[in-house]
Amino acid sequence: MEKSAQPASMDNALSGTVTCPACGLLCDDLVVENTDGNIKVRQKGCAKSVTFFERPQQNPSPRIAGKTADLQSAIKKTAEILRNANQPLITGLGTEAHGMRAIMSLADRAGATLDHMNSNSTIRNTLVLQNSGWQVCTLTEVRNRVDLLVIVGTDIVSLFPRFFERHVWNEQSMFGQDTAAREVVYLGGRDIDTTPGISPKGVQPGILPCDIARLPEVVAALHALVSGKKLLAENIAGIATGDLQKLADRLLAAKYSVIAWSAAALDFPHAELTVQNITGLVVKLNNTTRSSGLPLGGNEGDISANQVSTWISGYPVRNSFMRTYPEYDPYHFATARQLDSNEADALLWVSSFNPERLPPSCKVPSVVIGHANMTLAAEPDVFIPVGTPGIDHKGTMFRSDNVVSLPLAKLRESTLASLSEVITAIENALKEQQAC
Amino acid sequence: MLIKLAGGTVYDPAHQVDGKVMDIYVRDGRIIARAHDGERIDREYDLRGKVVMAGAIDMHTHIGGGKVNIARMMMPEDHRGDPVAHSAFCRAGCGHAVPSTLTTGYRYAEMGYTAGFEPALLPTNARQAHLEMGDTPIIDKGGYAMLGSDDFFLRMLTAKQDQNAINDYVAWTLHASQAIGIKVVNPGGISAFKFNQRALDLDEQNVHYQVTPREILKALSRAVYELGVPHPLHVHGNNLGVPGNVETSLKTMGAVEGFPVHLTHIQFHSYGTEGDRKFSSGAAAIAEALNKHKNVSADVGQILFGQTVTASGDSMRQHANAVFGSPRKSVIMDIECDAGCGVVPFKYKDQNFVNALQWAIGLEIFLLADDPWRIFLTTDHPNGAPFTSYPHLIRLLMDKSFRNDMFAKLNLDAQAMSTLSSIDREYNLYEIAIMTRAGAARLVGLHDRGHLGVGAGADITVYTNNADREKMFAKPDYVFKDGELVVKDGQVVKVTWGHTHTVKPEFDRGIEKEIKKYFDTYHTMNMEHFKISSEEIAEGGRGGVVVHECKGRREKTA
Repeated sequence: MEKSAQPASMDNALSGTVTCPACGLLCDDLVVENTDGNIKVRQKGCAKSVTFFERPQQNPSPRIAGKTADLQSAIKKTAEILRNANQPLITGLGTEAHGMRAIMSLADRAGATLDHMNSNSTIRNTLVLQNSGWQVCTLTEVRNRVDLLVIVGTDIVSLFPRFFERHVWNEQSMFGQDTAAREVVYLGGRDIDTTPGISPKGVQPGILPCDIARLPEVVAALHALVSGKKLLAENIAGIATGDLQKLADRLLAAKYSVIAWSAAALDFPHAELTVQNITGLVVKLNNTTRSSGLPLGGNEGDISANQVSTWISGYPVRNSFMRTYPEYDPYHFATARQLDSNEADALLWVSSFNPERLPPSCKVPSVVIGHANMTLAAEPDVFIPVGTPGIDHKGTMFRSDNVVSLPLAKLRESTLASLSEVITAIENALKEQQAC
Repeated sequence: MLIKLAGGTVYDPAHQVDGKVMDIYVRDGRIIARAHDGERIDREYDLRGKVVMAGAIDMHTHIGGGKVNIARMMMPEDHRGDPVAHSAFCRAGCGHAVPSTLTTGYRYAEMGYTAGFEPALLPTNARQAHLEMGDTPIIDKGGYAMLGSDDFFLRMLTAKQDQNAINDYVAWTLHASQAIGIKVVNPGGISAFKFNQRALDLDEQNVHYQVTPREILKALSRAVYELGVPHPLHVHGNNLGVPGNVETSLKTMGAVEGFPVHLTHIQFHSYGTEGDRKFSSGAAAIAEALNKHKNVSADVGQILFGQTVTASGDSMRQHANAVFGSPRKSVIMDIECDAGCGVVPFKYKDQNFVNALQWAIGLEIFLLADDPWRIFLTTDHPNGAPFTSYPHLIRLLMDKSFRNDMFAKLNLDAQAMSTLSSIDREYNLYEIAIMTRAGAARLVGLHDRGHLGVGAGADITVYTNNADREKMFAKPDYVFKDGELVVKDGQVVKVTWGHTHTVKPEFDRGIEKEIKKYFDTYHTMNMEHFKISSEEIAEGGRGGVVVHECKGRREKTA
């Protein structure tokens, strides 16, 4: 866990083409400046990247039961907690690919259950992938092909601030399209910020508002209309059926439409069925023209965690190694359920990108491995601060589109260990304890 | 460390050794001629009566990268049938159609395989492919970078840029994606699908670029040859799975104008339109053409019956095939104006006319192709069947009566359309060793693998000779990887990390300026981030990058 010597140039330096892991877009064109360990975003920033990079550098010590401890003792104590648990739960999982690799290995050894802090959202998509599949595209395709963008239930920008700048209103595109003539339609949601959808020529986006909770019927109606069905109802959740018919006609006429959603925004029961209606209508459109879905995610490393978990265990989270082989159950292995039912008897919470994402309250022994700036409401049995990937150490992160992965850079000197170093050390300590 | 493998019956076709009893010495991971006088032998294995071959090499297997992981994510119901618990040496995972990465490495090794090559490494997804292969233990690996539907290359063809510029771009791609070969999938077709074309024949133009698959094949096969890349252009042809595509495949062999080319999973491209159901075997014509065109090699992509999942870069054809999926689900993707993918689960059934005939067509090709150095044993894992079915496939090739027994159980209409039962050929051990070792290594360009000569990496598999070839090849007695005993009696006893094989041909780096400008204008990632470093691949002690020699640029275009 020793830190290798770093080039002196790392301090007080301007770095270009920095990858920002603050949201799933992973914009990799940022210019940041490091002044004595504090980072400023100089170019291509957004609200989320500024918050992420500009947190003041802190260097807290590990703690055991609230008391300052050295890292080795905190690691040993964590291993003990895992060893004494029958069904430990490793959750949060706010990390990049290398951290997740280490977690998979530890989970296998500890017989742990795995969940991600964003699983309530991501599972809405996973269930669709596993039940029917889907037809989707990646961000460069959107940037160069989209002629009609339909956004379901979100403004996108509150979660992915630079989406329009980088992927819709880009001036040049590969196939000579007049990108300023692209059409944008917001379907569903209320009080969302639709101004980024105004074209560079000043053309207003289409807005068909409805309450989020009524999106299931609106999307089902659109699916039916795209399929050529006639609806008797005059309006669906306050949207005139005629307006939906017009949207269906435009989708059928478009050369390459993209229908975007963010599972996080579809916060109502059985939202997977609405996701499936979206993807179902995309499949319908592809009978005659081209269209792709665009599920937006990847925040807090949720796509990275799922990718790594899937290639190592066969399953995305929520999964478990408690029976010595991997099992998958998106309901049973949910953090809330595991804790509420007292099935989990130890909790290990990981959040290395974001100090605001705090562990759930629990009565079982708990370990928090987190961002150095984390302020915990309740003191866990062990707290271990780790470096932030993309600032304090390198990493590899998957983008929202599940295809592109990008290197995260080390931007400053840090004495904090990386998550993968800490997790590997915990696994080694556990191995020793198990051997005793 | 000096090991002596004593008295085994050796099959080493690279050195024309066909069943000769001999000793093999291994010092520090490499095969040597003999021990020094008086040198202490640390370990001796008595291999009298055993069959000894180099470790097997799978030259076409989908083991890493986006579409494979989508397939994994899509198939929890399949994984549940084959859970893999952790053991003293191995970590947990899952097996069957699309095994987890760790299980993939263990199971290949347990079958005597010591290398596998991912044939569809999308340059935009290369990092993920290498991460997954990095979590695939024991075996060596490498990838073929996919070109041919990527916008940059198609623009070059539209602009009629000279071959040297194309060669530079191909070389740049090999470097950036850390690949050992170049593959083209449905040449131009993945791109055409994005412009709403639903089929693309060899001489049909992509509507946007006004470029034909023939032009793509010609430019890429020539680039690979002129760069001196050992592995010929790896071609997944147009019209995969379409009845009548045998004509496309035959024309494709000619389209490369004599440049070396490898036609992959040729079984899926060998269909005629004869008979009541307008679906027939084109195997005889394909085998005849293969026998004639010495610049052409092929792997079969045999199908075997049961559940699997097809994962391909061919979004155009997979979109068309999605209706045949079982269970009925599919993922179709347009990727980065660079490539695409399609994942469709399949259940091949012996009572289904088409599936039964596909099975027979694959075997007909194996048995009618004369030169085992130019035909390779694959199931296009997992598309035709999981790689774990190789021992069964080897028995089908080596045992005529077993093959005919299997054939007699098939759909009767399919039997009536196949000549399989009239073919008497049985592969022998030497030919199997060519297909799965010496020939595969030569084809991929691995100079120190696939043979047992002095200087070779000591990847060695030892079998008990058994008339039941399926049993024999399923469970080797010993497997050595770089001289270390990794498998004993068909079980992993030590986990190591294999190498990643690449080529790095010379090229004019001036092209990078153009590529950078292109990335800055059109892409959503920085060009520097597109490149995979060797350090990334070796991270965590997972085995390093090996660069194989390219014979240097051959004859530049004026």
